[in-house]
Amino acid sequence: MHELSVALGIVKIAEDETAKAGAEKVELIELEIGTLAGVDFESLEFVWPAAVKDTVLEFALKKISVLKGKAKCVDCDTVFEIQHLYDSCPECGSNFKGIIQGKELRVKALEVV
Amino acid sequence: MCGTCGCGNGENGVSIHNPKDLKTNEHGHHHHDEPAHEHTHDGHTHTHSHDHAHAHEHDHQHAHHQKKVIEVEQDILHHNDVMAARNRGYFEAKNIFALNLVSSPGSGKTSLLERTLKDLKTEIPFFVIEGDQQTMNDANRIAAIDIPVIQINTGKGCHLESDAIFDAVKRLNITDNTVLMIENVGNLVCPSMFDLGESKRVVIISTTEGEDKPIKYPDMFHTSDLCIINKIDLLPYVHIDVEKLKQHALKVNPKLQFIELSATTGEGMNTWYDWLKKQKN
Repeated sequence: MHELSVALGIVKIAEDETAKAGAEKVELIELEIGTLAGVDFESLEFVWPAAVKDTVLEFALKKISVLKGKAKCVDCDTVFEIQHLYDSCPECGSNFKGIIQGKELRVKALEVV
Repeated sequence: MCGTCGCGNGENGVSIHNPKDLKTNEHGHHHHDEPAHEHTHDGHTHTHSHDHAHAHEHDHQHAHHQKKVIEVEQDILHHNDVMAARNRGYFEAKNIFALNLVSSPGSGKTSLLERTLKDLKTEIPFFVIEGDQQTMNDANRIAAIDIPVIQINTGKGCHLESDAIFDAVKRLNITDNTVLMIENVGNLVCPSMFDLGESKRVVIISTTEGEDKPIKYPDMFHTSDLCIINKIDLLPYVHIDVEKLKQHALKVNPKLQFIELSATTGEGMNTWYDWLKKQKN
């Protein structure tokens, strides 16, 4: 249940950026979360109302772009989609891979008023 | 913040104690009657609070009511990562070798730590940070062997974060050229995402756990440097294929190293001590 920490991290970023912009609240928040980031989307939804209560995000619309996992094989350079961290290369079977997408966990943009 | 979800809010929930400052085993904070937490699941009442009533008569624009898009592009764990980098820099400057010990509850982290400290304390100066949701028990066990220790109670929090380590380190007054052991909260999921600034991460698994744990909880094995397989004295009594366990772990992290040992009988402990001494230098 580290999703609450994640949600509070999002709140902190939103509070800071909203204050910097001299705005009052956030109308839309865009997040980018990879499937390998270690975040359970349902848990994030569950903790969200408690985390954003009495903050600039309380009534904000939340848009999450989910980025699928992608890796590049160290041995044969094949780029392939991965669902799990333990997926091996479909071409050569190697476990050595660099993850090139799917670890993202970031606030992309805010629409403030 | 949220009593039912299993997590504290990370700020008010965390407390840091030195066992020497506390006379009894009781931890100092009392649970003030928690107010029934208010999950506002019942559709927040959107009361459109545009309180300027169509002021069409004046023609200047209310600039601050205009929508503005901020391209933030910031990592959500940025704050934790920054504080971790700060810890890491401090450790490097003082030549402190810091280990983050992670595992599920009951794998024998504290027993392994106790034995290691007892066996090596004349050779290596140690400092310890203990992370648990509640109680001073682990810190008391370490303090009993005369090792400086700080207990972090995370309240409902399920992992240690780098800012708590930063505060604990300040209280510990760590000297140069030492080893800092950070025993994380027993949890094989959440601590994986939170860099504490450690030099190496050590995941401990015991033979009483399933051999498929590394693929069930891949994140922790993916981010660790060393995997200690504890309780090998129980191998005759449990059904676990240690080779299969290693294969699973290597699928997740091909660079992972393994040490098999028993903190109870002492078997294999020397390999761990050799690793520790080699890494430290």
